[in-house]
Amino acid sequence: MKAPILEVRDLRKLFPVGPAQGWGGARPLVRAVDGVSFALERGEVLALAGESGCGKSTLALTLMGLEAADAGAIWFDGQDVTQARGAALKTLRRHVQMVFQDPYESLNPMMTIGEIVAEPLVVHGLAGTAPERQTRVLKALEEAGLKPADHFAGRRPHELSGGQRQRVVIAAALVLEPSVLLADEPVSMLDVSIRAEILNLLSDLRERRGISVLFITHDLSTVAYFADRIAVMYLGRIVEIGPTRAVLRAPQHPYTRALLSVVPVPNPRLRRERVILQGETPNPVRIPPGCRFHPRCPVVTERCRSVDPALTPAADLGHAAACLLLDQA
Amino acid sequence: MKRYQFLLQKFAWALFTILFVLVLNFFLFRVLPGDPARAGVRDPRLTKAAQEALRVRFGLDKPVINCFETLNPLRLGDCWVNPLETQFFIYLGNLLSGDLGTSYHTNRPVAAILAERLGNTVLLVGLGTVLSIVIGIALGVVAAWRARTLIDYAALVGSLVAWSLPTFWLGIILLLWGSTQFGLPLGGKATPGLAFASPLEAWWDTGRHLLLPTLTYTIIFVAEYVLIMRSTMLDILAEDYILTAKAKGLTTFQILKDHALRNAALPIVTIVALNLGFTVAGAIQIESVFSWPGLGLATYEAIVRRDYPLLQGAFLLLAISVIFANLFADLLYSFLDPRVQTG
Ligand SMILES: Nc1ncnc2c1ncn2[C@@H]1O[C@H](COP(=O)(O)OP(=O)(O)OP(=O)(O)O)[C@@H](O)[C@H]1O
Ligand SMILES: [Mg+2]
Repeated sequence: MKAPILEVRDLRKLFPVGPAQGWGGARPLVRAVDGVSFALERGEVLALAGESGCGKSTLALTLMGLEAADAGAIWFDGQDVTQARGAALKTLRRHVQMVFQDPYESLNPMMTIGEIVAEPLVVHGLAGTAPERQTRVLKALEEAGLKPADHFAGRRPHELSGGQRQRVVIAAALVLEPSVLLADEPVSMLDVSIRAEILNLLSDLRERRGISVLFITHDLSTVAYFADRIAVMYLGRIVEIGPTRAVLRAPQHPYTRALLSVVPVPNPRLRRERVILQGETPNPVRIPPGCRFHPRCPVVTERCRSVDPALTPAADLGHAAACLLLDQA
Repeated sequence: MKRYQFLLQKFAWALFTILFVLVLNFFLFRVLPGDPARAGVRDPRLTKAAQEALRVRFGLDKPVINCFETLNPLRLGDCWVNPLETQFFIYLGNLLSGDLGTSYHTNRPVAAILAERLGNTVLLVGLGTVLSIVIGIALGVVAAWRARTLIDYAALVGSLVAWSLPTFWLGIILLLWGSTQFGLPLGGKATPGLAFASPLEAWWDTGRHLLLPTLTYTIIFVAEYVLIMRSTMLDILAEDYILTAKAKGLTTFQILKDHALRNAALPIVTIVALNLGFTVAGAIQIESVFSWPGLGLATYEAIVRRDYPLLQGAFLLLAISVIFANLFADLLYSFLDPRVQTG
């Protein structure tokens, strides 16, 4: 078996926020990403789910080298790229591309669609002649579902719908033929009807190109049918990871169970009892001691307040969760 | 098609506004007290006949407009005079033929005086504007890119200080400093009584006179551009497409050049276009301090001397340049921003 395309070990990213504590004191730190480890296999779609503010976007930005990691290591294609700078970073960015949440914000309003998609080629010196570049741009646009491509190339972002814009963003990412696509909630700003189209597009691309996709979402229902694996993140750490079917069928972490209980299920007989989480929304500045989920956990025990659980393998192959109750189960 | 309509509409509005200004301008100066004859009354040497001759010479013997002998509402006049024989229509007719009247003070045509003064003002303000824009934009970009560092704070504090300096005070300080330390001329546009061997020498002389007023102008106006550029750039640099550009592997310089500046051009160009309208009036204080023979100084002198025809002409020029600057800004905006299709 080949090594994973992207691997992360104990990654940490802290942001200083607010005023210093007294004279010369340190500023409080937001632990946006607090010890994340996982591997993205070649050609795999891994869904990363978790509530707002748990650090999903920060994790993606750190993987892209857009934020510097404070600790831990990032391996791309067998190489440590944690400290990549200059030329190495530029190469990394050719192979790892990102799609942002808001297609209305991530396109420069002053550029035409053609210019936007051509820019990465120019920057990386990938298409020498103008006609060659043009061909690749049109091909990328078509592949992203914008047909006829030459009809779109001369237009500007404001002349397109949200779904079309997101296709442009995807085309601009694909034109570099990356091996990894980080998609940060790429459909959350779109209409439900368009969501499915974009998801199908991403899953198509994976089939045809063998691209690996890290698909970030706060909504488990959107990814259930096309992700190979699901990772659930809570307060800057992955608390459960495993094959999609296993996680959906037999969620091991109480937080995952709570997330799944509010996902609408078509068959009313299968409807689970809703778990409404107690307690306040977590504060990433002051992460609770012991298990970080214990203040809101419905099945909390005395041990949970002092022992911080690590990811532990569960019954299914490749399924793991960070919960102390797992041993007893 | 739509853009064409938009242009026509804007043009129509500009014309309408100018017409309104014409009318307002005329009546404004008729309401104000004092005409050359009455000003002359204080001069005991002026005979009644001479006063009357003056009134005839400046056309002040005619009724202002039908039904109004003067603009005194208590003393209505004849409504059945020939409208073309009233001051208002004579004024309009003269304007159409490019005649802005005759200066009370110098007896020269106002149009000629304004044309001459306008050239000097454009030289001073044009140079100052170009300098302040170039320096302001450069400083603003650097400050935004290095936000919340020493460079940023220095640019910010410097700009705020420069912005709040009183113009005339800064002018006087620079005048003192420049003339004592560097022997720069005290004022005017050319050294009086000097004959130049070559045009080059004449330019050198003008340049020496121009230096201090331009410096003053630049210091006063650079701040606005720094502050606007900085905040515009900060907004733009926080946009997702900047992050996207970074993710695509663009260098800092490429991002600034291809993405940030292109988008920042919009507000800056608009402000420059709008400011150009005030070019004409912009330098009243500076021109007064440095006796620079431009429009600002002419306006100031016209006020002091109650030279209404000159003042009226200057006002008209000012109003028209502001209106055209607005029009220009609108048009420019519609061409620069692809999102603006119609108004
Ligand atoms: N540049 C930053 N400076 C300070 N704090 C930050 C910064 N970026 C993120 N954070 C904090 O880090 C935490 C994680 O933010 P992040 O954007 O990664 O969340 P997320 O999981 O993507 O949420 P969402 O689903 O709302 O997009 C939040 O508490 C956020 O306030
Ligand atoms: Mg996010």
